[in-house]
Amino acid sequence: MAEIIEKLQHSFSFSIVWYALIVGLLISLCSSLLGVTLVLKRFSFIGDGLSHVAFGAMAVASVVGLTNNMFIVLPVTVIAAVLLLRTGQNTKIKGDAAIAMISVGTLAVGYMLMNIFPTSSNISGDVCGTLFGSTLILSLTPFDVWLCIGMSTVVLVIFVLFYNKIFSVTFDESFSKATGINSDGYNLLIAVITALIIVLAMNLVGSLLISALIIFPALSAMRLFKSFRSVIICSAVISVVCAAAGMLISLVASTPVGSTIVSADIVVFLVFWLISAIMGKTKT
Amino acid sequence: MEQIICKDAALGYEDGIVTEELNFTVNSGDYLCILGENGSGKSTLIKALLGLKPHVRGEIKWVNGASSKEIGYLPQQTPVQKDFPASVREIVLSGCLSKTGLRPFYNSHEKALAHKNMHRLGICDLEKRCYRDLSGGQQQRVLLARALCATEKILLLDEPVTGLDPHAQNDLYELIASLNKSGITIIMVSHDIGAAVKYASHILHIGRKQLFFGTKDDYLKSRIGRSFIETEAESNG
Repeated sequence: MAEIIEKLQHSFSFSIVWYALIVGLLISLCSSLLGVTLVLKRFSFIGDGLSHVAFGAMAVASVVGLTNNMFIVLPVTVIAAVLLLRTGQNTKIKGDAAIAMISVGTLAVGYMLMNIFPTSSNISGDVCGTLFGSTLILSLTPFDVWLCIGMSTVVLVIFVLFYNKIFSVTFDESFSKATGINSDGYNLLIAVITALIIVLAMNLVGSLLISALIIFPALSAMRLFKSFRSVIICSAVISVVCAAAGMLISLVASTPVGSTIVSADIVVFLVFWLISAIMGKTKT
Repeated sequence: MEQIICKDAALGYEDGIVTEELNFTVNSGDYLCILGENGSGKSTLIKALLGLKPHVRGEIKWVNGASSKEIGYLPQQTPVQKDFPASVREIVLSGCLSKTGLRPFYNSHEKALAHKNMHRLGICDLEKRCYRDLSGGQQQRVLLARALCATEKILLLDEPVTGLDPHAQNDLYELIASLNKSGITIIMVSHDIGAAVKYASHILHIGRKQLFFGTKDDYLKSRIGRSFIETEAESNG
């Protein structure tokens, strides 16, 4: 035990570890809030699709040789999010097919670009880092941290201010529309925020595991809680606790950060699912 | 007092007219039942009345202070709602949303309104319950309470009894009738001809075009009314 504490103390003497912790907690908070809406709107896969788009954009950015690839990744992902969430009932390619198509398409093109125009000698290391986020989280600069704090604040403020509208649009779009709520506008807002969070979260868990960060806390909370507000709050708590636990464990046990956090989320989901199953049995 | 005037309106999509020659008026306090086969343009008419879809020709006018934004709408349930984790109170309150405008939260006046409408529909004891745990009839009451928060003038109901057992259907019809007696205009889309002739004051029967509009008594005497009732009676055994 003393050994573990010593190891943690040693880790936290580096500012880079603090950066990682701050960014990780903020991102998991934001993604869990939005996750509830996305899961309920049946958009669970949007995170997966968008993160692959972000991967493709990142590959393009590094091929072009931009010093800060945020300037390509962010706009491209936002545009993809808007396009994906707009694919309503009237398009020729249905929503899930569109997501699957864009998701694998950008992944393939991104990987190909990285191979044709290699920027470093260790391509598979680069790709692995982008997909699973294992190294990126420990290479954050103060600029990245401030960017993340700024964007998370924007997301949180928007979420709190539009909480009631987001609820209404999520629960019943036709009713909201009929009473004059601009539901298309709010769907757009949700799409843009989703894209923001995904781009932020790529640094933490990598593009393959982002979906987990978005859907697991929401699904766990929905097992047990009965009102929208309590589901949101519980989901936020689960997400932050799992992110903290995952990051501390990964420091001590030297496991990859992203997959450790997601594993913690999976454990919580199983526990909540078990509790709800037991409660359901005792009720009937 | 007239609330909606529809003059020679035609509705449809880019690739064709769904229904046309619509001529009817809705007066305050009416109970209008819109009948028609599947695909006869009932849902298109609803969208037009709600102002979500422009009509192709003619005019649909809201008059005497009524507006398409002030309509209490009871949509058909979507699969998303069936397992939605929300309390009854949260859902009823969301009916007040159009009143909040740019204000991010509900004020005490809106909360009182939500409470009043829950009381009116007898769902006060369900306030804290989760929507997905309720019976079909209770869920419809919750959505009705929400619709009443949006308006005191007109309720537009889209197949409100779908999926309910006969007893709950009857309860819901009685509830709607009592709301109508308290002065709220009801527009109900249905294919339940039995309920239509029992509760409605006016009938609008549409097909590819308007087949009938008038009072219920006239409908029962008309040729189309009698034949529709007979075929429905046969198909119900």
